[in-house]
Amino acid sequence: MRRRLEWRAAELVKIVDETGTARTLRFRVPGWPGHLAGQHVDVRLTAEDGYSTRRSYSLAAPADGDLVELTVETVPDGEVSPYLNEVMEIGDQVELRGPVGGWFVWRPASESRVLLVAGGSGIVPLMSMIRARRRAGSRVPFSLLYSVRDAERRYYADELAVPEPGLDVTYLYTRQAPPGSSRAVGRIMLDDLAAGGRPAVAEPDCYVCGPTGFVEASADLLLTLGHAPERIRTERFGPTGG
Amino acid sequence: MTTEHLDGNALAGPLGEIFAVDVTTCTGRCASCGLTTPVASLHVYGPEPGLVARCPGCDEVVLRLVRAPGAAWLDLRGTVCLRVNLPD
Repeated sequence: MRRRLEWRAAELVKIVDETGTARTLRFRVPGWPGHLAGQHVDVRLTAEDGYSTRRSYSLAAPADGDLVELTVETVPDGEVSPYLNEVMEIGDQVELRGPVGGWFVWRPASESRVLLVAGGSGIVPLMSMIRARRRAGSRVPFSLLYSVRDAERRYYADELAVPEPGLDVTYLYTRQAPPGSSRAVGRIMLDDLAAGGRPAVAEPDCYVCGPTGFVEASADLLLTLGHAPERIRTERFGPTGG
Repeated sequence: MTTEHLDGNALAGPLGEIFAVDVTTCTGRCASCGLTTPVASLHVYGPEPGLVARCPGCDEVVLRLVRAPGAAWLDLRGTVCLRVNLPD
């Protein structure tokens, strides 16, 4: 049995820009117990006057010793994300607790096919699953549908462009598609989820992550297509982010 | 409910402060409609003034959690029971 959660000091050791408004932060967290793909952490900031505030962020990569990675989208007027993305420098510290959340997780021992459905920054925990699959040498077929406003907004674009056996990546552009795209721009639809060898009869484990409206719509479409409710796992990013 | 909500995954940290098991993976039964569902799939509103988790089937409140200085308040009156996964 695990112990109750405690806050730990986390030191920023690396920064990678993902888009104009998002970056990946790597922290060293002494005593980190490890985590599963899909889990998240709570980050706490405390001001000198004692005021403190916290936000949840998904872990972006499998555990690597005491190193953990978060990808954070800057929310204008947010309390935490502007600090993490625009103020923090290498060597600075925040408090972090986790890992938390044992439901929206993928385990490398699983033999079921996987359908990942990402809306915007909802890609983060799903990327952790893709990376965990790669690290484990799993051959389980993974299919990723990634709904994003335009090509500039894609996280991990270079990494996802590298062909990987058994991993199928499809972008669904909602505002502007790169030249040559065959799909009309727009929100995720039934055809997107039904196409590309992802039939419900194959009984994939479905992981849907994104803003609340995106998750509700996608989960409803999956149910319409005949996916069993118990195979659909969802995680919503709410309006309280930032 | 029309307000934007989170889901029970967001309870993992706050409940992890209290319990040594991950309550979000527990299956709970709604006292109002009887729907049995993982705590992670509840609809969660908050975080201020507290976290309110509602049944995805009937929207009734099944769990409320308020973290105050020095204490946490957990109201489970909307939950009939929780099934907790434990090793043998």
